[in-house]
Amino acid sequence: MSRKLFHKSSAVDQKLIIEKKSEDDKVIALAGNPNVGKSTVFNALTGMRQHTGNWPGKTVENVQGYYEYDDDNYIMVDVPGSYSLIARSAEEEAARDFICFGEPDVVVVVCDATGLARNLNLVLQVLETGKKAVVCVNLCDEAKKRNIKIDLEAMEKELGVPVVGTAARSKIGLDELQAAIKKAIHSEPAQFDITYPDYIEKGISLLKEPVQALVGDSLDSRWVSIKLLDGDDNFQKSLTDFLGFELIKDKSIKLALEKYEQYLKENDRTVVEVQDGIVEMVVQYSLLLADRFITQHGKESDATDRKLDKILTSKATGFPIMLILLFVVFWITITGANYPSTLLANLLFGLEEKLAAGALSIGVPFLVVDILIHGVYNVTAWVVSVMLPPMAIFFPMFTLLEDLGYLPRVAFNLDHFFKSCDACGKQALTMCMGYGCNAVGVTGARIIDSPRERLLAIITNNFSPCNGRFPILISVITIFFIGGISGLSSSMSSVLGALSLVLVIIFSIVMTLLVSKILSMTVLKGVPSSFTLELPPYRKPQIGRVIVRSIFDRTIKVLGRAIVAAAPAGLIIWVLSNVSYGDSTLLYAFTNLLDPFGRALGMDGVILTGFILGLPANEIVMPIMIMIYLAQGGGLIELEGAALGNLLIANGWTWVTAVSVLLFTVMHWPCSTTLITIKKETQSWKWTFMSFLVPTISGIIITFLFNSIVNVFI
Amino acid sequence: MEPLETKLTLSDIPNGKSAVITEVIAEDGMRRRLQDLGFIVGNNVDSLNTAAIGDLTAYRINGTVIAIRKDDTDNILVEEINV
Repeated sequence: MSRKLFHKSSAVDQKLIIEKKSEDDKVIALAGNPNVGKSTVFNALTGMRQHTGNWPGKTVENVQGYYEYDDDNYIMVDVPGSYSLIARSAEEEAARDFICFGEPDVVVVVCDATGLARNLNLVLQVLETGKKAVVCVNLCDEAKKRNIKIDLEAMEKELGVPVVGTAARSKIGLDELQAAIKKAIHSEPAQFDITYPDYIEKGISLLKEPVQALVGDSLDSRWVSIKLLDGDDNFQKSLTDFLGFELIKDKSIKLALEKYEQYLKENDRTVVEVQDGIVEMVVQYSLLLADRFITQHGKESDATDRKLDKILTSKATGFPIMLILLFVVFWITITGANYPSTLLANLLFGLEEKLAAGALSIGVPFLVVDILIHGVYNVTAWVVSVMLPPMAIFFPMFTLLEDLGYLPRVAFNLDHFFKSCDACGKQALTMCMGYGCNAVGVTGARIIDSPRERLLAIITNNFSPCNGRFPILISVITIFFIGGISGLSSSMSSVLGALSLVLVIIFSIVMTLLVSKILSMTVLKGVPSSFTLELPPYRKPQIGRVIVRSIFDRTIKVLGRAIVAAAPAGLIIWVLSNVSYGDSTLLYAFTNLLDPFGRALGMDGVILTGFILGLPANEIVMPIMIMIYLAQGGGLIELEGAALGNLLIANGWTWVTAVSVLLFTVMHWPCSTTLITIKKETQSWKWTFMSFLVPTISGIIITFLFNSIVNVFI
Repeated sequence: MEPLETKLTLSDIPNGKSAVITEVIAEDGMRRRLQDLGFIVGNNVDSLNTAAIGDLTAYRINGTVIAIRKDDTDNILVEEINV
């Protein structure tokens, strides 16, 4: 299947616009293989907080940041990681186009010191372009641990550009890097040429002169000549865009190519041989140079990694460990969130009446107080007390596993299932990201090269219950399936809660696979395509940094979004419940209207209203339901577990309602942020609509089936 | 041309064994990707471990570990290295 699935390849067509603050600003392209710590270098220099993690493909967008050094201003562009300048996906194209044609003042190629041989491949390709460059050998600390010694001086001498060793996570070598960048900008570009076999050099020499005559000094003529021979078709388009004319159509070039073809024929060489020869020569150079720069002491440097891999992916232990980790993460989340949630709730709801009283006493009209405090404030307080604690615990733990490098192992374990559903093994990675936030999972799907498989990952991402939905699952499970068991200690109930959540997650994975399969057999027909999954070296996560960063960067951000959504929702509900319509209120009329649909799915009109008004953020679904029940019943606002349970039961909830709500929480429309992201990523209303429809219809079918089956038995 | 079944592919190399690549017959994009990762003629590759379920196998090449499905390793011809 071709690229046609996307009307446009989004990342590419939105041409990168460099936002210079002044004309003198220097533009740095930060290139590198995936997962070499590019984003860490970027964050360290620019003070920005791009999310980092130990799996290839984290950075999928060009991100810009600024820094000052020695009175000069620099704009750094974090380019998505790629193995090569020969692009294989839309994202690699974007990276390549910016490096080759974006006219950066300098290209900084970040390398992983523990895998220099492979990284040099990109370094050499960049040097061949004749651009000014700096090589940043990152993760030097990891290399040291693995007894790998790299002779940076020899490297610098051989490559002809500044080479700097860094350990960006520990902020080591950054000053040197900045100095090297400055130095490189003020020096001549490097002259590093790879000598190809004679039959290839012949072609280069034939082309070089006419190319030089046509492109002048705007591009390196030897490099362009090589690119005319290496069979990289989509490069030609970008070259044409840059030059404003089609180089290959020029008479002198045509003539040179014809001559070369003649030469190849006479010497019994094929075009494929030439293309392979070029790619292979660069790789061979990399291996050769790596051999020269690296000295390794002691045993195989990755022995520990391989042992860990055996444990985490073997037949006997791979799956059990995956389930145990999942359980432990949930158990810690539930146990840890319990107390602070109650504390926050008591605090915030205790404040509510005081705030209202205070506002009234200074003469704020009753109506305004009622709207702001009992409407907006109330829902917001709910979201904060219910959402914040589990999020602040779940996110850091998830990030720790991510930083450790565990996620690619999960993808490794689950690949067979995805393959059976004609999907890409990397979909497991985007699925995992979905547990944090579906919008992130959808953007992350860019790591999947095949457009068909990427759409599968995007459409099914919503089956991963995101962090905003966990609290709904936790509350409902706790109230109806654990709270009901008498004589249960609180520690035992957290264990049961976590176990139930694990079951929900397994169910969501089954649905992801099932729906991927159904889509593969219908609207997204195709066979699984080739892919490579890198299993990066394990890295010890910096626990303190992870906790601080994930709380500040992710939790606060997501919470902010939830609050922004919660406040207006609170307002709407207040208004609806205070505007009369016939004998009752608008709210009552609305929930009544939805009631038959809700009942058919084992729920009621209020619950459906919660899900509908929760479109901006799933975090507010529960608070909305509770507010409506309270508004209808005229009861007091209370939050504590037992009181909440009583409220729900008083409104007709049974275990059947609870299961239906759980099912519908896992399967309904994506939140508006996710939908907007899907539109942006697919550039297609059709697939955005599909992404809305597929989980919604699945949810309706499954809850309906569940209720029909239950009705037969009771 | 010799019959295909006599040719050894990377898929035939058991975990724990190593091989030298003799030919990459994958095409287009995947061919390029494999070449960039170091799957070129004459390079060594170690077979590490295979997923508990299915055929995804991890290989070490140029000091990095890359997992590839059998469908794709079928397209990499090799000679086994006997130590």
